[in-house]
Amino acid sequence: MQLNNPKRPLKVYIFITCLVDTFFPEVGESMVKVLKALGVEVDFIEEQTCCGQPAFNSGYQDDARVVAERFLSIFDKTLRDEPGKDTYIVCPSGSCTSMVKVFYEDIFKNSPELLNKVRHISQKTFEFSEFLVTVLNTVDVGAEYSGVITYHDSCHLLRELGIKDGPRELIKSVKGVEFKEMELHDACCGFGGTFSIKFPKVSVSMLDEKIECIINSGAETLVSSDMGCLMNIGGALSRRKIPVKIMHLAELLAKRG
Amino acid sequence: MGFEEVRFEQDSEKALRNKSLQKALVNVTNRFRSARNKASEEVPDWEDLRTSARKIKKETIENLDKYLLILEESVKKAGGKVHWTKDAEEASRIIVGIAREGNVKSVVKSKSMATEEIELNSSFEDAGIKVVETDLGEYIIQLAGEHPSHIIAPAIHKTKEDISKLFSEKLGIPHYDKPEELTKVARERLRSEFLNADMGVSGANFAVAETGTIVVVENEGNARLTTTVPKIHVALVGIEKLIPRYEDLSLFLTVLARSATGQKSSTYVSFITGPKRSTDIDGPEEFHLVLLDNGRSKILASEKTRESLYCIRCGACLNNCPVYRKVGGHSYGWVYSGPIGAIITPQLMGIDKAPELPFASSLCGACHDVCPVKIDFPKVLLELRKNVVESKKGGTRVLERLGIRLWRFTVEHESIYKITNKLSYYFQLPWKGSNGKLNSLPYPFSRWTDQRDFPAVAKKTFRETWKEIKK
Repeated sequence: MQLNNPKRPLKVYIFITCLVDTFFPEVGESMVKVLKALGVEVDFIEEQTCCGQPAFNSGYQDDARVVAERFLSIFDKTLRDEPGKDTYIVCPSGSCTSMVKVFYEDIFKNSPELLNKVRHISQKTFEFSEFLVTVLNTVDVGAEYSGVITYHDSCHLLRELGIKDGPRELIKSVKGVEFKEMELHDACCGFGGTFSIKFPKVSVSMLDEKIECIINSGAETLVSSDMGCLMNIGGALSRRKIPVKIMHLAELLAKRG
Repeated sequence: MGFEEVRFEQDSEKALRNKSLQKALVNVTNRFRSARNKASEEVPDWEDLRTSARKIKKETIENLDKYLLILEESVKKAGGKVHWTKDAEEASRIIVGIAREGNVKSVVKSKSMATEEIELNSSFEDAGIKVVETDLGEYIIQLAGEHPSHIIAPAIHKTKEDISKLFSEKLGIPHYDKPEELTKVARERLRSEFLNADMGVSGANFAVAETGTIVVVENEGNARLTTTVPKIHVALVGIEKLIPRYEDLSLFLTVLARSATGQKSSTYVSFITGPKRSTDIDGPEEFHLVLLDNGRSKILASEKTRESLYCIRCGACLNNCPVYRKVGGHSYGWVYSGPIGAIITPQLMGIDKAPELPFASSLCGACHDVCPVKIDFPKVLLELRKNVVESKKGGTRVLERLGIRLWRFTVEHESIYKITNKLSYYFQLPWKGSNGKLNSLPYPFSRWTDQRDFPAVAKKTFRETWKEIKK
């Protein structure tokens, strides 16, 4: 529960993602709550909207680039304006974080000046669980929740950012939680952005398999680090009236007894 | 194959409804997958092997012109003939020509994706030459008049019962239930085909530039017979199959066998350098290497997707792909399926013939994780998606284009973004169900809500809440 002797005060700028901002504000609130409880100063730049991933993944790279450039200039400017503090960008999504940390490199490959900005931003940008585990060096944030939980590895968090153990450690450290690993925990849930509406039958067949694994795990609550996956899985759970709760990791970590 | 255009959505839905196919796909891909995982975990420096294999392939592909000439020289030196072919038509014509010149009546073939690609069997049949597939899976597919649905297990879509029925119908034998009995029937039939054949056609897993050696990997022994018994051996090889040096083989044979089937080594690995020498007891009198371009040099010219040519056709990406595991090989419309099909079919056939394929992936990256030459599938798919959008086919995506325009205009202006969210909140109310989610939406969002609830836009977005909680 303690920060690891920070030499300088930490300040986090929330990269909220358009999905959480618009549909799941409670995830953002939980994230703020957890970070503040750990003594971190939290701020939010209201100019931010989207990182450009929806267009990029759909093949509209020119449109994506314009939106990405906007994102880049907003955060680059902010981080440069704060001398004397250790500033970070923290995001409640493995997918949006990987857009900035992995795919911006590709988008701005041919513009050295923007690439400098990308690298400046990249090293300061962390997915929420990654920030807790690697920067704050903590897995126990003092959360309490009573229930059986299973975890879905979101593809971009797992494969683009290589984050697997951190979220599990965080979940297991929550007082009252019984953690159960499901079969095929690292299989895609079938979301894939526009894939889910371009090929809905294929998408749902993948989702069926995921839901079967969730149910077989015996968990009452499904936790993940991306609302994209959770709105896909959750959308089918609610439609089928399956009584498994979905929860973003930040929401779980904000729970108190 | 009578190929016109890939219809992924249509064909995948057909596959999803096919219960026995669904069962077969789960069984086979699970078996291959766990075998591969186990086989790769056994090798402590597995990741280093993948890195080295990628490095060698990259260097080879980037200097392909040089290595191809070295290969040609080496094959000639060993007494073989080399034919350069630009497309399927030319390759088929040349191979049928070799057969005619050698007065060939009957051909045996070992498994080869390249020959599937050029539809060689139908060219032989058109020329009145008998052709028999000798790989058990391919033999089944040929009897059924179908096409392979997996790179290394071509008949993956067929159950034991399907095969029993097929053999009984086509070969005039009783129904056999046991796989061993069915295999025995095929073995007996094929043995006489080998002895009667005048020509053997194979592909190659690798072609070694330095020595002119063609390497064929298999588990049934049929390729060994195909390449040694008939008097003429023709190997059809895609130009990307090159590796520079003989010593590179130990690395590539290791990653291939372990990635493909989880074997330490394949049962038969044949190294063929030219025709039979005077000191040899057996072997073909003529050896022809037919090098196939068929669109590969176009891929070579594209810097961002060039790595598609590193593929060694192990099939691991198929077994690990959550999409392939559901839709099977035929949904991809051509000989190559799964992630590798999704990236090479549009490039080999032309993006206008397969505009759906680069989108037939959730970009989960499971393929990238297991690829023995670390092809960055998501990156290549994204580049191809861009090409689709920019192509003629992309021009018909009116609704999508409009959506992207609107989206861009919205997210470029914070004020518009905020207004849009507010308007959406009120606009969505008619669709809001008792569970607080949107239960049915108009097209194209109905493609989501037909089977899933969609979340409702929050009454207060995070940025609105922020104003309250920041204090």
